Amino acid sequence: MALKDITLGQYFPGNSPIHRLDPRTKILTVTLFIVALFTAKSFITYGLMFLVLAAAIAISKTPIRSVLRGMKPVLFIAIFTGVLNLLYSTGTHVIFTIGFFTLTWEGVFHAFFMVVRIMMLIAGTFLLTYTTSPILLTDGLESLLSPLKAIKVPVHELAMMMSIALRFIPTLIEETDKIMSAQQARGADFETGNIVQRAKALIPLLVPLFISAFRRADELAVAMECRCYHGGKGRTRLRQLKYQTADLITLVLSVLVTVLVWYLARMGL
Amino acid sequence: MDTIIETKKLCHTYSAGTPFERKALVDVDFSAYRGEYLGIIGHTGSGKSSLIQHLNGLLKPTSGQVLFQGKDIWSDPKTTRLTRFQVGLVFQYPEYQLFEETVYKDISFGPKNMGLDPKEIDRRVRSAAYFVGLRDDQLNQSPFELSGGQKRRVAIAGVIAMEPKVLILDEPTAGLDPVGVESILGNIRDYHQANNATIILVSHSMDEVARTVDRLVVVNDGQIPLQGTPREVFQYGDKLESMGLGVPQLTRVFHRLRAMGVDIDPSVYTVEQAKAAILAKLGRGAE
Repeated sequence: MALKDITLGQYFPGNSPIHRLDPRTKILTVTLFIVALFTAKSFITYGLMFLVLAAAIAISKTPIRSVLRGMKPVLFIAIFTGVLNLLYSTGTHVIFTIGFFTLTWEGVFHAFFMVVRIMMLIAGTFLLTYTTSPILLTDGLESLLSPLKAIKVPVHELAMMMSIALRFIPTLIEETDKIMSAQQARGADFETGNIVQRAKALIPLLVPLFISAFRRADELAVAMECRCYHGGKGRTRLRQLKYQTADLITLVLSVLVTVLVWYLARMGL
Repeated sequence: MDTIIETKKLCHTYSAGTPFERKALVDVDFSAYRGEYLGIIGHTGSGKSSLIQHLNGLLKPTSGQVLFQGKDIWSDPKTTRLTRFQVGLVFQYPEYQLFEETVYKDISFGPKNMGLDPKEIDRRVRSAAYFVGLRDDQLNQSPFELSGGQKRRVAIAGVIAMEPKVLILDEPTAGLDPVGVESILGNIRDYHQANNATIILVSHSMDEVARTVDRLVVVNDGQIPLQGTPREVFQYGDKLESMGLGVPQLTRVFHRLRAMGVDIDPSVYTVEQAKAAILAKLGRGAE
């Protein structure tokens, strides 16, 4: 079943230097990466970003095929945005004009960079989830956001909700798969018919899925209470997050690259 | 014997071409005969669930064939769909697939998908409900008001209502109390006898299959290392144990007796057989 092959946001265990980085380092680096991507404007700056990304992928030993598969779901959005940019950009270097539509070199570049930007954005965040387990990811996020506790943001609760949600994605996918098979065994047809028929065909899938999701939520809540869970106050951790030398180096490099890209962009390069 | 469903060199690989690639079935030649009560055993992850999902076309073979009444079920989409109705599959914990407002509507989901006329649907729903021992007044209840055991009966009725020629049940008694186990196994036997249907019972409990099935197929590591009557299969106690399966308790006692030097038939698995074997042994000893 195709459902199981969704790689977006999937963690793949490994032991590369990237896997071993502190999750906070990785989150910050990806944030900087995104900032840099949005300041980049030219072949030189995008080229630089591309090199950084390629190096990170190489160091993490992620198979290129997995990266490409991870980008597949957003390919359509990227191309759609690209086409829109192509149509609505204005410029002076006209290539040709048909009726209302004028294609300019500026438009072509703009569209091209937009597609590249979206693809690199996805590849970068994909690398983050690919090399960081969901638990570490939320731990890192909680730790990074903890200053917000001062203004009464329920950071721990939000992080807990996020890790539960992430934890249950594979379970729900598996469950969907199972219920789908069970209904198909009774002759349910999810693949043919017009849009109304298809929507109706989803009822035998969605009703059991919701019921089981509620049941699981209930069971989980009871199980957590049985283990005396009462929010983040006074809770200690099995895994303490600690910055290492590699984290320091990574952060310094990411800041340098971001500043460099910003500087180059300002210089008009 | 007349083969109703068989697989030829059936292979299935999950997530082919990814780091998660896993071979579930390797060159499996499996066959079930018309009207037999067949047991499939294997521990978790042995490939037994993958095997049965091929039998009604829910999984497509990576290579190899699945033949139903001599015809490849993947030869055209129509045949595949028809096979789904002819080969009924009851999944593990089937009560989680219920979705309709009433028990009646839920059981009629399958027959409706077959495109039968309302009169025939009504007949089938009532006869299926009868087989699993549901009362008439329960048909108008919401399935979610029923107890766990009754929900399971409704789900099994939902498959029986399609009146399949082959009925496959994946661990139908998992999580039930002893009374529930007996009653479900009784319902299945009734359906088997009334319709001369082929029953394929998947289980990991040796004791359960030992006293219900005519023939046993052992699945291990995506292959079928052993098959035959329970008596034949249980002779390979050591082999079964190395697959994490073991033999029924009674058989184990007799294997142990034999290991202790008592010359006794080690392939018994029911109380009657055990009695006969012991009497035979004692009779000979008295001479």
